[in-house]
Amino acid sequence: MTPESVLHSFKKKFGNKVKKGRVEKIPHKMKHTNHLKRVWFEVDRTVLKKAVAHLCKEYPDPHFSVCSGYELGKEIVVNYHFTVNYATRVGEIIVTMSVHLPKKDPVVDSITRLIPAAIISEREMQEMLGIKVRGIPDSRRLFLDDSFPKGVFPWRRDEKGPEKLVRRTN
Amino acid sequence: MARKISACDTSYSIAIGPVHPALKEPVKFNMTIDGEKVTGVDFELSQVHRGIEWAGTRRNPVQILYLAERICGICNICHSLAFSKAVEAVAKIEVPERAGYIRTIMAELERIHSHVLWAGVAAHELGFDSVMHYTWKLRENVLDTIEYLTGNRITKAIITIGGVRRDVSPKQFPVIEKTVDYYLGSFDKLGKIFLNDPVIKSRTRDVGILTREEALATSAVGPTTRASGVRKDVRVDEPYAAYPDLDLEPMTPDLVTGEIRGDVYDRVIVRLLEVKQSAEIIRACLKQMPEGKIVYEEKIPKLLAELRGVHGEGIGRHEAPRGEVIHYVRMTGEEHPYSWKVRAPTYNNLLAWVPMLMGEQIADIPIVAASTDPCMSCTNRVVKADMNTIMYTKEQLHRLSVQKTRETRRRLGL
Repeated sequence: MTPESVLHSFKKKFGNKVKKGRVEKIPHKMKHTNHLKRVWFEVDRTVLKKAVAHLCKEYPDPHFSVCSGYELGKEIVVNYHFTVNYATRVGEIIVTMSVHLPKKDPVVDSITRLIPAAIISEREMQEMLGIKVRGIPDSRRLFLDDSFPKGVFPWRRDEKGPEKLVRRTN
Repeated sequence: MARKISACDTSYSIAIGPVHPALKEPVKFNMTIDGEKVTGVDFELSQVHRGIEWAGTRRNPVQILYLAERICGICNICHSLAFSKAVEAVAKIEVPERAGYIRTIMAELERIHSHVLWAGVAAHELGFDSVMHYTWKLRENVLDTIEYLTGNRITKAIITIGGVRRDVSPKQFPVIEKTVDYYLGSFDKLGKIFLNDPVIKSRTRDVGILTREEALATSAVGPTTRASGVRKDVRVDEPYAAYPDLDLEPMTPDLVTGEIRGDVYDRVIVRLLEVKQSAEIIRACLKQMPEGKIVYEEKIPKLLAELRGVHGEGIGRHEAPRGEVIHYVRMTGEEHPYSWKVRAPTYNNLLAWVPMLMGEQIADIPIVAASTDPCMSCTNRVVKADMNTIMYTKEQLHRLSVQKTRETRRRLGL
C-alpha cells in the first residue's frame, strides 16, 4: 500500500469530485523524515460520506485522528485527518480529506455512523466554526461552556469570531 | 449531596466532577446508575478551555513553542515536539541527526516520569498510599536527571524548530546511564507490587474492559489501545527523530501474561513495560549518538525570516506517554501561522471511557477513569450542579474506591 495508490483509488472512484490531490514529498536527503507517508485531497461535500465509506471499505478500521478547520475568505475549510495501515512498521499513511463549505450554507454530512470516533470532532467543529453537521446524533456543546455566548465561534476570523469578547476580557 | 429517584424506574443519575475523581483535573461525568451498576456514561468538558490555539495564531512559531509547552503540566516535550515537526514538515526543514537523538532521549525521559507518576495515581485510587509515595520517590530520580540536562524539572524548553536548544555532552552521559540503571533495577520491584499483589490484581483484573473492536471503533490511542491489542505506536508506524535507528516493538500485555484482555490490569502492564523500554531506548541512544550540529538554524531571527516565506500545511505527530499527539499547522507566508490545531491523546481516549465504564460499579469509576491516564488540560474541561441528580465529590468517590479495596482484601483473607 502506497500513498499514491490511496490517492489513485479515490480519484478513480469519485472522478472530479476529488480535487487537488497530492502526496506530500519530503526531499530525499532528509534521512529521518523519509518515512512520512501523507496524502492530501479535497472532496466535494456532496460525496464526503461516500468517500469515508470508501475509505472504510478499502482500508479496514481507519483510525480517525481529528478534524482541523479554519475560515478562508467566503469558505470554511474542514480537514478530516485519518490514518490507515497503522500498526505496521513504517507503513502508516495519513489521509487528509478536506471539505470547503460556503459560509452562507455551511452544512456537511455527519460521518459518525461510519466512524463513531468522529462525534467529538463534529461537536467541536459545530461550536468552534459555526458549521452545521447534518445527521449528527448529539449536537450539544462539548468544549464550550453553556455560559459562552451563542453565535460566537472561537475559530472564526470574521464578525462571528471571538475578537469582541477578547477585548472585554482585557 | 442531592438525590432524587426518577419517577419511572429505579435508575439514578449521578454527576461526578467537575474535578476529576482521579487526576485532580476538571471533567464531569454524568452516569446513569442502576443500583451499583453504571448503565449510561456521558461527560462534559469545558472548564479549562484557555484558547491556546487562538493565542497561537497571534504569535510567531518560536513563541508558540513555549506556549505549546504549557498546554500540559506533565508532558511538555510532546506538544512542542509535535508542533516543531508540523512546522518542519511545512518548511521542509531538516533536523540534524544528533538533535533527533537528543529529542528521543528527552521524550523517553518524559515517558518514564509520566508513567511512574501515573502508577502512583493508580495506587492512590486503590487506596495504597504507601505505594504512591514509593513510586513518586522513584520518579524524583528522572526529574533530577531532566533538571540536570535541561535546567528545569518539567517545562524543559529544549525543543526548538529544527532541532534542540541544548546539547547533551559525553560528560553528562554517566548521570543518564545511572538513571537508566536505576529504572531497570526497580522494574522488578514495581512489577511485583503492581502485578503480583492479590488485592491490586483483583481490583484491576477484568475491570474496565476495552475490547480490541471497541478500541478500533473509538480510535483510542497510546497505552489504552495497545493494552487492547492494537499495536499502534507512532514511533514504529511512522518513525521520526532517532526511532528509525532503533528496533522498537509496540508493548502489548501478552508479552507478560500471554493473553490480551484489555482491562485495567493490562493497561498497568503496558505502562510498566514501556518504562523499561524507554530506559533501554535511552541507553541505545547514548551508545549510537552521532556527532554534529544540534539545530538547523541557530539564529532565531534568521529562522523566523525563513518561516515567514513559507506556504502550506503540515502535520506533526509524536507518541507522547499517553498516546499520539497530532498538530496541524497552516502557514500562509505571514509571521503567524494561519491555523493551528492541537489534538492531545485524551481527546481520542474520551470515547473509550464509555465501553470501559459500562456495567462497572461506582467504586470502580476512579481507577477505570484513571486507567487511560486522562489529561484534561490537554483536552479541555466542566461545572454544573443539577439539583435532580446525585453529586459525588472526589473525596466521597475516592473513599468508595478505598473501601472496595479493603473489602477485597478481607475477602481474600489478607
